[in-house]
Amino acid sequence: MSATNPSVVQERWGGGNSPYSMSWQKLLMWWFIISDFLIFAGFLAAYGFNRLAVGNANWPDQTEIFHMNFIAAMTFVLITSSATMATAVAAAKKEDSATAKRFLWLTILGGITFLGMQAFEWKGFIEEGARLHTNPWGVPSFSAFFFAITGLHGTHVLIGVIVLLVVTIRAARGRYTAGGIELAGLYWHFVDLVWVFVFGCFYLI
Amino acid sequence: MSHSHEPTTFLSKYVFSFDHKVIGIQYLITALFMAVIGGLLALTIRYQLAWPSENVVSAESYLSLVTMHGTIMVFFVISMGLVSGFGNLLIPLHVGARDMAYPFLNMLSYWVMVPACLLMIGSFFVEGGAAAAGWTAYPPLSALKDAVPGSGMGQTLWLLAMALFIVSFTMGSLNYLTTILNERTRGMSMMKLPLLTWTFLISAIIGILAFPALTAAAVMLLFDRHAGTSFFLPAGMYFEGTGVLPNMGGTPLLFQHLFWFLGHPEVYVLVLPALGITFEIIAAFGRRSPFGYRTTVYSLLCVAFLSMIVWGHHMFTSGMDPRIGEYFSIVTVMITVPFSVIGLNLIGSLWQARIRAETPMLFALGVISAMGMGGLGGLYLGTATSDMYFHDSYFVVGHFHLTIGTVTFLALFGGIYHWFPKFIGRKTNELLGKTHFWLTIIPMFAMFLLMHLQGMGGIHRRYYDVTQYSYPNASAMALMPWISYLAFALFAGQLVFAFNVIWSIFRGEKSSENPWGATTLEWTAPSPAPHGNWPDKVPVVHRDPYDYGSDGVWAQNVENAEGQA
Repeated sequence: MSATNPSVVQERWGGGNSPYSMSWQKLLMWWFIISDFLIFAGFLAAYGFNRLAVGNANWPDQTEIFHMNFIAAMTFVLITSSATMATAVAAAKKEDSATAKRFLWLTILGGITFLGMQAFEWKGFIEEGARLHTNPWGVPSFSAFFFAITGLHGTHVLIGVIVLLVVTIRAARGRYTAGGIELAGLYWHFVDLVWVFVFGCFYLI
Repeated sequence: MSHSHEPTTFLSKYVFSFDHKVIGIQYLITALFMAVIGGLLALTIRYQLAWPSENVVSAESYLSLVTMHGTIMVFFVISMGLVSGFGNLLIPLHVGARDMAYPFLNMLSYWVMVPACLLMIGSFFVEGGAAAAGWTAYPPLSALKDAVPGSGMGQTLWLLAMALFIVSFTMGSLNYLTTILNERTRGMSMMKLPLLTWTFLISAIIGILAFPALTAAAVMLLFDRHAGTSFFLPAGMYFEGTGVLPNMGGTPLLFQHLFWFLGHPEVYVLVLPALGITFEIIAAFGRRSPFGYRTTVYSLLCVAFLSMIVWGHHMFTSGMDPRIGEYFSIVTVMITVPFSVIGLNLIGSLWQARIRAETPMLFALGVISAMGMGGLGGLYLGTATSDMYFHDSYFVVGHFHLTIGTVTFLALFGGIYHWFPKFIGRKTNELLGKTHFWLTIIPMFAMFLLMHLQGMGGIHRRYYDVTQYSYPNASAMALMPWISYLAFALFAGQLVFAFNVIWSIFRGEKSSENPWGATTLEWTAPSPAPHGNWPDKVPVVHRDPYDYGSDGVWAQNVENAEGQA
């Protein structure tokens, strides 16, 4: 075989493609997610550190403070919205825009429901006297970490809802790409996954 | 891509430019401007230390000076000049791309950095003066608005400026990663990347993994300052006048952990590109391939990984559990293994080299010597037992100025001299460059080595007037004014550099495409490199980055005789 044969040269060239065979946008989104995830990791590590410093015995008993069934429902809503998002992405890839749009709206509905439930939870706590710096159930850092961590997560959900709204409205006007919906989906799954960590570390343990 | 839209107006060409080269130069100029400010702060500090009886600054402003000198030099000079400046200039040229993967994001990252700089400088002019809690911003000084004058508005502005800096730096790092991984030209496999681009890739990864910890810490610090929380504030703190503060349940140690989780990797974000620049210069001026390309890459990866798990060696005296300190000692000393490999590869690259001792090469050799000398001091500080004695002394100041200060500044200057012809189209003046080298390296080495001695003599760092204490060694104390004279000499020597650069922009000898006979792709583009980097097709890579063979020197895009890759 001649060395100038294009396919041979192509084979020997190597490089040119990403090692992950991934679009730029997706690569950027993944690294952004890693970085953003580490902000949550910073908060959760700080929370663990503080809890060890305060002493586990002094930490309030979460089961007495949180309404676990309500939190479980919140979690269920958010996880479900991840499933609807995945359906929307799959539909967009098959160029089934009607299904994609329907499931995007369902995802947004899930996100807004979650935010509403979180606002309701916050309202309950604030009425019972919890503030960033005061905690009616014991050590003040409990409230501080509660509001900071769930607030940070809620902000991410809010941003996600806004992003999804933009994507959906663009899709409704016929200006969308499957790639764009997939990127929004990546971010949305990340927000849901983080909630699992927040839920596990803050509410359960 | 953007190269098809050549910018035409002044604003789109030089101010809000998408072109990576313009953005790189903008970053470099901004960094050099900040370096002048950081340098002037250092001179004021040195004046106060050498002649405390003249009281040029108050005790509170001295703390502000130290804080701002550290912050500006670490983040706004070295990070910005070395990583953002050279990263933008060289990454697309090194990988064979027309521009960064996201030119708009790139422009945005610069224009977020500008307000960060302005806020940082502006904090000198607010009530109470600039932040005074150290470049590490330790609570409680940083968390209580009334702790010292600088804890007020100055600290708030410091935090806002740092927040903007992190946003900008993260945007830059994401861009570097995407560009290096996805924009490589045909044939540019990872193992054909120039070592400098490897160091940019690794430092971008470190930055992306480490900065979020500081983001989290800064948010919590802002809550402590403005919302009354106690993330970092323990119970029982007492102020004269106000009495015991209501805060309880927090711990300042938490902030130190979060800060150094960023702070330690950050020094590798700075040092690795400095070593990358050194490898590039040594290859071109030693006329040989750097010793052990692959072992260098693997060692860099090892260093990057280890750098993420050693942060506690900054906290041996913080009251942290000594058993954790033992762990941090062990992993810290482990870093010397991959780092020594890199250092020995640098030295090995001089073996059988045909060295041309021109200005960039002198600076590169300076980097190697500073890295070696500075590294020796690190052995004493990485070991918890000896660090206990040295930690709060000038030994630490000398150590990190020799490693982070000298190494990175020498690499910054070396890099500017090396790539000046590529981006300006003219060479700098050799005689002035060599003069600048000797006027830089002699005072730098002398100052920072003498500081090691002062530390051993028992002089504490951060003190506004060390003459008030009788216990330090008298001869160590006598060095104080001499170090200050050296600092003034160092600053004066930089005037030669300033003159050389400005003069060479207009009057320098015109440069060819490849004045140094180097092999990496940027030297195949015209000098100065035009918009889009290569006037016709982007080069295709056929060779290793440093093909200084016995049969000749070949750029990466040259096909070999058989036409094989």
